[in-house]
Amino acid sequence: MLLEWILGFVFLIVKLTIVLIILLTVAAYLVWVERKLLGRIQARYGPNRAGEFGLLQPLADLVKLITKEDTVPQEANKGIFLLAPGVVGLMALLIFAVVPFGSGVTLWGRSIPLVITDLNVGLLFILALSSISVYGIALGGWASNSKYSLLGGIRGAAQMISYEVPMGLSLVPVVMLARSFSLVEITNAQSARPFIFVQPVSFILFLIAALAEIKRIPFDLPEAENELGAGYHTEYSGMRFGLFFLGEYITMIILGSLIAVFFLGGWHGPLLPPIIWFLLKVGIIVFTLIWFRATFPRIRYDQLMNTGWKVLIPIALLNIVVTGALVLGTS
Amino acid sequence: MTLYAVTFYVLAAIVVLSTLLAIIQRQVIHAVVYLIVSFFATGLLFYLLGAPFLAALEVIIYAGAIMVLFLFIVMTVRAESGEDKGEIYQWLPAVILGIISLFVGGVLIFEIPGSKTGLSTGMATPSAFGQFLFKNYWFPVEIASFLLLIGLVGALYLGRRESRKGSEDRR
Repeated sequence: MLLEWILGFVFLIVKLTIVLIILLTVAAYLVWVERKLLGRIQARYGPNRAGEFGLLQPLADLVKLITKEDTVPQEANKGIFLLAPGVVGLMALLIFAVVPFGSGVTLWGRSIPLVITDLNVGLLFILALSSISVYGIALGGWASNSKYSLLGGIRGAAQMISYEVPMGLSLVPVVMLARSFSLVEITNAQSARPFIFVQPVSFILFLIAALAEIKRIPFDLPEAENELGAGYHTEYSGMRFGLFFLGEYITMIILGSLIAVFFLGGWHGPLLPPIIWFLLKVGIIVFTLIWFRATFPRIRYDQLMNTGWKVLIPIALLNIVVTGALVLGTS
Repeated sequence: MTLYAVTFYVLAAIVVLSTLLAIIQRQVIHAVVYLIVSFFATGLLFYLLGAPFLAALEVIIYAGAIMVLFLFIVMTVRAESGEDKGEIYQWLPAVILGIISLFVGGVLIFEIPGSKTGLSTGMATPSAFGQFLFKNYWFPVEIASFLLLIGLVGALYLGRRESRKGSEDRR
């Protein structure tokens, strides 16, 4: 009994370590992929000095970030200033704990599900953690005691709480169809056909709202370079800036995984093994996000708020009512 | 002591301590941060007691949404930490209410039969929770949502009038 328990614990730790290492490596190389793709789209080379095709660039960036001096502004609120980047990085890593990335494998007579933990409130867990990561940005901006940072932090907080609402509402039809909050069961409900064909409106709403939630172009107002310096992380340097940066790229991967799980059928797919299908779907979404960054201009602040409250939320509510009526009618 | 009990007491200690710090902190922003920690730990406590749905709602609504609004206001008004200790009419009612609730809590813990035996650990799935709530308590839920609607309409009305006046001033 005790041996069984210890064995299970060891398996869990090994699985956690592998997933963490892969996630961090992919996040680091995503920076390279993004710079390379942006370069291609803008007709230039992108990083090409460190190693073949600039492949050692993430390593060079890491060395730079770690060896750089970790400065704290004199008038900053020190405790909160030091804590804020950690909140962003930690919440981004924790969200991945409920994402199923494969159907499960059998090793030495022990079946291992390819998900860290299958919470029966997985979807709410994601919303909860993403609402906590608002604090990293708001507090980081406030504690820096600089005008640009404060403005970036306030914009970030306002934008993220505004778009949390349509993001949550756009997922309600998905839950209605899958009849569960668990991400594993949502994936399994799409074995016949992905929800994108049943819920195209939800898909578009979620894509827009989540894009605003992770503050990428065209919604990157909290760090709008031409007006706010670097926004909420203007005063950060070294690895603390690195944590904000890491959080941003991990949330990109997470957004890709979530769209794959909620709308593209997760790891379901013909011919290829499940985990390849999952990576393929995440890759397509992440490529699209980088493509968006290269093509779209930043929208204005009042446009941002109007779109969120006056367009996305009414459409999401209408979508819920229609889906509810259809689910009731067909069952 | 089982692992459950240890986790429970650690979480409970975090909740009590951070709430206390939220009350006695002079700097407003620190108080807000401690209150967030308190709500987050309360969410974990719900999870430990077998209510993951409530845990998620606690974090989303209290720690995630309501405290962001607190933080938002604190960030924009630049609150100075005042040094005055407050008037007697301010803290006397608080002390009286505190003593009363302490007394009631003590009675609940030590006098009610059954309070000394530990409950068995359970797990309520979200669907079971929803079924129970809307079968047995649908009327209070409706009243609460109606109350929220009234609040929403009131806020809309106040906000409207304010913004119209503002735009006239600008002209």
